[in-house]
Amino acid sequence: MKSLEELKAIRERMQNQLGVRDEESKQTRVVVGMATCGIAAGARPVLNRFAELVQERKLDDVMVTQTGCIGICRFEPVVEVYEPDGSKTTYVHMTPEKAEEVVTRHLAGGTPVKDYVIPSTITD
Amino acid sequence: MMPEISLNVLDVAENSTRAQATVVAISVKADTAADILTVVIEDNGCGMTKEQVESVTDPFFTTRKTRRVGLGVPFFKLAAELSGGSFKIESEPGKGTTVTAVFGLSNVDRMPLGDMPSTIHTLVTMHEDTDFVYTFSVDDRSFELDTAQMREILGDVSFAVPEISAYIRDYLIENEKEVLNGITI
Repeated sequence: MKSLEELKAIRERMQNQLGVRDEESKQTRVVVGMATCGIAAGARPVLNRFAELVQERKLDDVMVTQTGCIGICRFEPVVEVYEPDGSKTTYVHMTPEKAEEVVTRHLAGGTPVKDYVIPSTITD
Repeated sequence: MMPEISLNVLDVAENSTRAQATVVAISVKADTAADILTVVIEDNGCGMTKEQVESVTDPFFTTRKTRRVGLGVPFFKLAAELSGGSFKIESEPGKGTTVTAVFGLSNVDRMPLGDMPSTIHTLVTMHEDTDFVYTFSVDDRSFELDTAQMREILGDVSFAVPEISAYIRDYLIENEKEVLNGITI
């Protein structure tokens, strides 16, 4: 059985190397819709992949979080990326594989992945 | 419908966090002798009135404004009842809500339990203001994850710190595997 002793050891190792988080105003927020519609469409693995990759690649100014129903259920899983300047990109029909591309090209590279954004001609 | 029980748990436990619960207790218990799988989600959130409890299993009832349907609880109820099980919600305004779903363990119509470690990991790391107590048991084997205990060790270190997040995931996966002891639920 894995025990809490291990957690204590990790805490002790980390004691002196805790970085200070960036101010919230400078952060990019990745928001995954996690209501019934999102979860049923596969949002959980998408959220987990974003969280994993942001940690792995040490994107300290990116925060991965979740929200309820965004209101466009037929496009789920839906992921919104909010830039510090207030602009927003809405990704639709997301998968863990697409999440990887969004992390590489958008969050790390700075260019939104146009192929996965919501079609602008469709209003809901 | 959800493809696995663990996704229902994630969905319904989200309701608890939205109800401002400070503690959410989730238990998954398989009893092979009685041939049942019991899932209980208990919170100390704002609770519901008698009328709300009566209407919450109706897919066309929701308190949300975005849509006129609320499918989370009806999905969970349907999944339990399809497997020959039962479903119950007890709630009191100001006290909290307890959702109990009982599944027929070996029933062919029972959906698989699915990835419980992912569900719990998601809940725990995404809701750091809420404490979770998760118990997983199969007959007389069990393990528990109590975020209050972890927080006591960690102080103000966030669960989102990569090492901690990975530890929580491994803790859930390894201990579940040991409790399952080769069986599949």
